[in-house]
Amino acid sequence: MGPLIEVVLGGLMAGVLYSLVALGFVLIYKASGVFNFAQGAMVLFAALAFARFSEKMPMPVAFVLAMGVMVLMAWLVERLVLRSLVNQEGIILFLATFGITYFIEGLGQLIFGSDIYPIDLGLPKEPKIILEDTFQGGILINIDDLLAAAVAGALVLSLALFFQKTGTGRALRAVADDHQAAQSVGIPLNRIWVIVWSVSGFVALVAGIVWGSKLGVQFSLALVALKAIPVVILGGFTSVPGAIVGGLIIGVGEKLAEVYLGPIIGGGLENWFAYGLALVFLMVRPEGLFGERHIDRV
Amino acid sequence: MKTLLKSAVLASAVCATLAPAVASAQAKEQFVPVLVYRTGTYSPNGVPWANGFVDYLKLVNERDGGINGVKITYEECETGYATDRGVECYERLKAKGPTGATGFNPLSTGITFALTEKVAADKIPLFTTGYGRSESADGSVFKWNFPLMGTYWTAADILVQHVAKKGSLKGKKIALVYHDSPFGKEPIPVLEEHAKKHGFELLKLPVTHPGVEQKATWLQVRQQRPDYVFLWGWGVMNSAAIREAINVSYPRLQMYGVWWSAAEPDTLPAEMAAKGYNGLAMQHSNENSAGVHKDMIKFLHDKGKGTGDKKEVGNVLYNRGMLSAMLLVESVRQGQTKFGKKPLTGEQVRWGAENLNIDAARIKALGLDGIMQPLKTSCLDHEGARKARIHTWDGTTWSYTSDWYEGDNKFLRPMVEAQAKKYAAEKKIEQRDCKKES
Amino acid sequence: MFYRENGQFKTSYAEDQALLSIRQDRWFIWLVLVVAFVVVPLFASEYLFKAILIPFLILALAAIGLNLLVGYCGQISLGTGAFMMVGAYSAYNLAVRVPDLNILLVFVLAGLITTVAGMLFGIPSLRIKGLYLAVATLAAQFFMDWLFSRVKWFTNDSPSGSVTAPAITFFGATWDSPTEKYLLVLAIAVLFALIAKNLVRSNIGRSWMATRDMDVAAEIIGIRPVYAKLSAFAVSSFFVGIAGALWAFVHLGSWEPLAFDINRSFSMIFMVIIGGLGSILGSFLGAAFIVVLPLLLNQVPHWLGIPISTATASHLEFMIFGALIIFFLIVEPHGLARLWAIAKEKLRIWPFPH
Repeated sequence: MGPLIEVVLGGLMAGVLYSLVALGFVLIYKASGVFNFAQGAMVLFAALAFARFSEKMPMPVAFVLAMGVMVLMAWLVERLVLRSLVNQEGIILFLATFGITYFIEGLGQLIFGSDIYPIDLGLPKEPKIILEDTFQGGILINIDDLLAAAVAGALVLSLALFFQKTGTGRALRAVADDHQAAQSVGIPLNRIWVIVWSVSGFVALVAGIVWGSKLGVQFSLALVALKAIPVVILGGFTSVPGAIVGGLIIGVGEKLAEVYLGPIIGGGLENWFAYGLALVFLMVRPEGLFGERHIDRV
Repeated sequence: MKTLLKSAVLASAVCATLAPAVASAQAKEQFVPVLVYRTGTYSPNGVPWANGFVDYLKLVNERDGGINGVKITYEECETGYATDRGVECYERLKAKGPTGATGFNPLSTGITFALTEKVAADKIPLFTTGYGRSESADGSVFKWNFPLMGTYWTAADILVQHVAKKGSLKGKKIALVYHDSPFGKEPIPVLEEHAKKHGFELLKLPVTHPGVEQKATWLQVRQQRPDYVFLWGWGVMNSAAIREAINVSYPRLQMYGVWWSAAEPDTLPAEMAAKGYNGLAMQHSNENSAGVHKDMIKFLHDKGKGTGDKKEVGNVLYNRGMLSAMLLVESVRQGQTKFGKKPLTGEQVRWGAENLNIDAARIKALGLDGIMQPLKTSCLDHEGARKARIHTWDGTTWSYTSDWYEGDNKFLRPMVEAQAKKYAAEKKIEQRDCKKES
Repeated sequence: MFYRENGQFKTSYAEDQALLSIRQDRWFIWLVLVVAFVVVPLFASEYLFKAILIPFLILALAAIGLNLLVGYCGQISLGTGAFMMVGAYSAYNLAVRVPDLNILLVFVLAGLITTVAGMLFGIPSLRIKGLYLAVATLAAQFFMDWLFSRVKWFTNDSPSGSVTAPAITFFGATWDSPTEKYLLVLAIAVLFALIAKNLVRSNIGRSWMATRDMDVAAEIIGIRPVYAKLSAFAVSSFFVGIAGALWAFVHLGSWEPLAFDINRSFSMIFMVIIGGLGSILGSFLGAAFIVVLPLLLNQVPHWLGIPISTATASHLEFMIFGALIIFFLIVEPHGLARLWAIAKEKLRIWPFPH
């Protein structure tokens, strides 16, 4: 029983970490209909900025500065890319974000270097063992994982509040529903896009710090996006809670598969298993678990 | 039609410029292609290696005026650890310089595999110092491959020797956490043989590239409680593995990395928490006070000619790049004893590499005392040396924690020969008769 | 002026249905073919063959395959690398296990095996659409990565999991010089381009395009989406599988799953988009663009004599590559093929545009 609980817990924790990245995807898709492949590169860029700034200054200052960099990036992306691609098909926008990905990856390494940069948040790295009396060997709990979960929870809560309660949030939802209608009632589309890219830049920064403190900030952080993509398809491109629930399902599913299925059919299967799991869910609900129903009309 | 013509002209211009420049007239230069990855997923590990490699080439030029008066020229080519880019780099650089490429050091097992046949056709030696395909130690089949200073099979053998010394391995369990690629799979045959011989159980846990998330793997380690974990990773996989090992409280003292998993970038993110983590030291660790390092500082970095950061001189991977370059340069030097003090072709360098004899006196002269052991190659043995020790991370730096081990050639050689024979049969290569050549 | 079709009358159905109904087009294509088959082999250097032309032609073949699926049938796939991998490993196993089999037959059979795999992974397309499908095809990518590195049988028990292709021999000769390899690949690419061009003009091609433009409407006018979508996946995979086999046998020689990883899939989709969706010519242009551009970017500082470090050059290469993708998408979302069409249109009326 103990090991099973540990695997499930580990899966949940990993899932939360995926969700952090997945949130960024969802935010941008929700407000602009763009599947932003560059989210991974943004995580890398934000983490690099934070890590390099924090070498020279206290962390809160570095955080604010890194956030400033992400806002600037959001503004540039809107100015130089999105504005010129209004009304293009989804796939063209999707590929444009590939262009953004390569650009940001190159730029990030050019400015901040391509070495490995540690982020030390000063958290205890050794795990705690609980319930030692109940199970043999007890159950491991990691402080930094718990913190990541708390951060993700806080993010979702504040994003939900932001979307539901503030004027800007309502404007964002209006834009998501219908660009033209939103524009015609006087919502400035361009500003909304800058805002939403900034917010997802913020999410990327948080995700980058959490992941960076685990792995060290290095290029591979950009590849974390590939682990978040099945989460997004499973949860639905447009649902913030979907990103969280999807993350948890994917996290638990792939860990269970790796630990219990891996020894039978060969290990290292968690990558495709996550995508396979998302695919199976999609067969039942083609818009993802919490995605909006889409009706085709001829 | 005009546009057509224009684009045709443009296209042919592009083609013309892409073709490598025709070798300049018989300059007294030895051209060394340097395949590197300074960007992308594996760059934190690739950069220090490349800096060490290039620094050594620069040093030979600055300090000695080249190899016996023959200047070294070099050109870097970015592979990004991708096989097809590596092949392109090879094709671009193989004919450069007055005598063509001296030898290739791809720093990627995948590229090594792809180049193995191409170098044989083009007659250019392929140096894979501390990596590459293990069976290529058999020079009678792999005439052009030089896995100098130790292969993965040697590494696996030494790791088993080390843990066997701590107590009988009978009934014990060893987990191999490996990069799911040819690189990571190389040690498996040797470890399986050893498992039979010593009676331990081998647990194989693959980690898919790039390996940013390994919770499942390490939860398996926690459940199975192996007595030792061997880590065969590269890039972010190493730092992620060490972090996850900490997360599941696996004792770092029982973890052993191969020499590509035991350098500064791997332990840096965890720092103090990684204390006690062991790794193989491929003859060298992170020494920075040998003669050669002093020269590096004096001739290059103090004059602002260093490739990377001055602080990096002497890092584990820097030293490895430096030694790789040194072996290449020594092969040229050895070749010059037979073919004269002039730029050598790949074929002549190959002879040099096959007749390397770096003894203690030579090591001292090179300023490498303390960071390498004598190395002697022959037609049969392209590996040259099979020695390594263990070094351990103490939270801030690596330091040696064992004596020298030597790969057990009685055990390894038959395996190398069997696998090389299989390759020779598959590719219909005629095995050289080494008795005649020496 | 140079490109005017007036005076060329079509007097029979056969002429009306000709592949290239305009005389100038025919001349041009013949010219290109002569250059490709005769002039290039006479003058090209080894580097040009091995590092540019051969990869370009093979990837162009794969791009045609992908374009049939994406450009003509509207089903986006991000798993092309996986299907190339299937082609490569099928060909390897056939060649190693049935040594007497003609290598050309091996390639065709490898294509057929890939077809089966492609159809299998095409099944979700019956239910999932658009971006969801695109992302779901990544499942194929990761699954194949795993399959070919985990199941030892596929790699003939090679301890490292890396395999080496046998030499290419048929009709009693070994095709191993760069020129021979180039000609082999060129012949295959031209043949398949011709097949593809004819396929998309046929009944089946029209059913793909109808499905692409609006699948619900297509269904109503009597096109069975199951048939249209799965046939597109099948044909596309066949092309891609053969390209994969060629990539492994002719270009790389030795390979591992990593040689067909997700980056290969991404670069394939770039080729198709930048070249032009729904255009065979575009597939060639896109492949040329993606193959040559990084090499050019990498070399430019060298030629200009700018002392720039490899690291900086590589980072810049990333940035320029990304910027160019965005630039192309903004300037001409329909790709290089569209630019070509515009150029032809201009030529028609040049020099009197009014």
